[in-house]
Amino acid sequence: MTDLTQARSLTELDPRTKKRNAAEKRFRAYGVSAIAIGVVFLVILLWNIISAGLPAYTQTSLKLDVALTQEEVDKAESAVVKTTRYRKMIEAAMVAALQDQGIENPFSKSRDLVRMLSTGAPATLRDAVLADPSLVGQTSQFEFFMSSRADGYMKGRVTREDLARDKNLTPLHLDVIDRLVDAGMVERGFNWNFIFGVDASEARPEQAGMGASILGSFYMMMVVLMAAVPIGVATAIYLEEFAPQNWFTDLIEINISNLAAVPSIVFGILGIAAFIQFGGGVMGIAGFKQSVPLVGGLVLSLMTLPTIIIATRASLKAVPPSIRDAALGLGASKTQAVFHHVLPLALPGILTGTIIGLAQALGETAPLLLIGMIGLVATSYPEGFVSGFTEPNSAMPAQIYQWATRADPAFYERAWGGIIILLVFLLSMNIIAIILRRRFERRW
Amino acid sequence: MSFTKVAASALAITAVAGVTHARDNVQVAGSSTVLPYASIVAEAFGENTDFPTPVVESGGSSAGLKRFCEGVGANTIDVANASRAIKSSEIETCASNGVTDIIEVRIGYDGIVFASDIDGQSFAFTPSDWFLALAPKVVVDGALVDNPNTDWAQVNADFASQNILALIPGTKHGTREVFEEKVLLVGCEETGAMQAMIDGGMSEDDAEDACLKVRTDGLSVDIDGDYTETLARLDANKAAVGVFGLAFYENNTNVLQAATMSGVEATTDTIASGEYPVSRPLYFYVKAAHIGVIPGLQEYASFFVSEDMAGPDSPLAEYGLVSDPELEATQESVDAGETM
Repeated sequence: MTDLTQARSLTELDPRTKKRNAAEKRFRAYGVSAIAIGVVFLVILLWNIISAGLPAYTQTSLKLDVALTQEEVDKAESAVVKTTRYRKMIEAAMVAALQDQGIENPFSKSRDLVRMLSTGAPATLRDAVLADPSLVGQTSQFEFFMSSRADGYMKGRVTREDLARDKNLTPLHLDVIDRLVDAGMVERGFNWNFIFGVDASEARPEQAGMGASILGSFYMMMVVLMAAVPIGVATAIYLEEFAPQNWFTDLIEINISNLAAVPSIVFGILGIAAFIQFGGGVMGIAGFKQSVPLVGGLVLSLMTLPTIIIATRASLKAVPPSIRDAALGLGASKTQAVFHHVLPLALPGILTGTIIGLAQALGETAPLLLIGMIGLVATSYPEGFVSGFTEPNSAMPAQIYQWATRADPAFYERAWGGIIILLVFLLSMNIIAIILRRRFERRW
Repeated sequence: MSFTKVAASALAITAVAGVTHARDNVQVAGSSTVLPYASIVAEAFGENTDFPTPVVESGGSSAGLKRFCEGVGANTIDVANASRAIKSSEIETCASNGVTDIIEVRIGYDGIVFASDIDGQSFAFTPSDWFLALAPKVVVDGALVDNPNTDWAQVNADFASQNILALIPGTKHGTREVFEEKVLLVGCEETGAMQAMIDGGMSEDDAEDACLKVRTDGLSVDIDGDYTETLARLDANKAAVGVFGLAFYENNTNVLQAATMSGVEATTDTIASGEYPVSRPLYFYVKAAHIGVIPGLQEYASFFVSEDMAGPDSPLAEYGLVSDPELEATQESVDAGETM
């Protein structure tokens, strides 16, 4: 009684209120600092990726006039290793170009001089000649990539001291490069080849590109869309709307939830056993072989199925029962009620779940290791649209992983550059999911 | 959205994909040490012939040979790369799966170097130094005791004081085997530890196995990843000494310096002549039953060992392969299709 009648100032807080307010302030501070730490890590991560990856998007190249004679081209084409002969043409052209520009050539062997060029330069020249035979007999200008170390010098990654004990390039090369830059023959430009090119061997990181593996990822996503989405959505609709509630459907439900937590490498082992050894080997299905996007996509489908089923069931559950009841009350059959009324309302949620499942599959590497999509695989574009499913290819994350393990530091730069491309894809898929949800979602 | 339509089109595309031709590219898998060389050859092969570029997968010698021995047919690989010779147990597995005719091709040699940070001290190792630094038990004053060495200066008075931290390849790597056999075992014999173990009642085989053990107190770190991981660890801890392949080292001479082994510098010349002791042959194995079935397989094998690819003045040698002095004999046997 005394407590209630005791006079108390409204402007002065009693100890209990003070304590409660302090607790609330503390909690807010924890929240803000948690977010701040998260943001700091995100910024550090992004800054790291972008600063390490951006150099991959530019490439130094050399503009060189090469005289092609019929005699030399014929001789080259009849040799076993044709590119060696084409290299000799480039060597001669380069020695001549240095003389023209009045640049001193410090190398007695022209072979040493062209070490500043990519080892892929002869193949570039040969491809140009094969594509356009009219080039033979004239002198035309070609653009050749500089070698990874020469390129690194232009990017500030490689210094003269670094080359002191290097086998491929010497500081003398750098002197020549400096003069060539002055003469306007060496330029650093945007590297379209990194985005649209194909993978290259360890000897020529400057030629390696993501193009083929982007396409590989694309094909696998198509397979996931075509395999996992119909099966997953059908499973979810049946389980949610039609299936009787008994121990058997309970068992299936528990298994689906468990499947969502299975490590992805397990699906890779399943893929090699079920698709390649059984499907391709025992059953003799021609498309089921090593390193092909068809098998990769099916493996990723298995992995994505639980995600799609769970998301679809959740969005079906979110549709109010009154809509089903109204449809059934007006005489619609169960199937009509589901397909005409419930499913359209659940569609935005299903789409969001599907896209998130796809994004997950896009970033997956482990199962691809086992079915042979890691290595020097993405070396060419498929010949046609359909054959792209069954021609060996890699995938974006697999390609990045492969680059990160290679010896030349230039590959490391490319691995980071590849991460930027992968992130752009993932980000845009997630943004599409968000937009779809915002536009079509209905709340009750 | 009509799900029947989507499902039908999915089935249709899968069916179309299913009836396309059998494999027309050579499929290679195996050792990650051979991978760079095989990828250079595969690329050049695609460039210089009308055949598609072979697919070269990594994964390790054992994994590659295992897949190689799975059987004959377009869904199995044609070539297995290996940084060691095929074992008799693997040949048996192969035979039981129908892979009876195997062509062995030695492509050259690979050197293993001991490298440390470029700004640190320059080491001149002997196998004994490594044994004394890494063995779990060493001989001190005639008795076998737990390894007391924690500093390179304790191992060899010529070295400046530097904590022992060795980054060696994990046991799944073929490189580890070479390291054990050519460095640890030799060191074990030289320092008298092996004799001490045999005198202590061990059989010769047991003593040999004991010699290959490394200490487990954290001064020796097994690296199960690639050399890039070793390099990253070395970058984080400049006092460490790492084990690398010669080709990897030559691509990173701006941050690494290689130690000499028994007074010999690791170069392609000293390895080819056999002066540098820590090296090993590299191989690939071809399934003879696939020759003539998989287009380009015979040509790929011949192309790989051609003078232009694997000779002393070739792209592979430039990358770090020590070319085989007996390459000519290999070329002949590959062309003749001689099986093991």
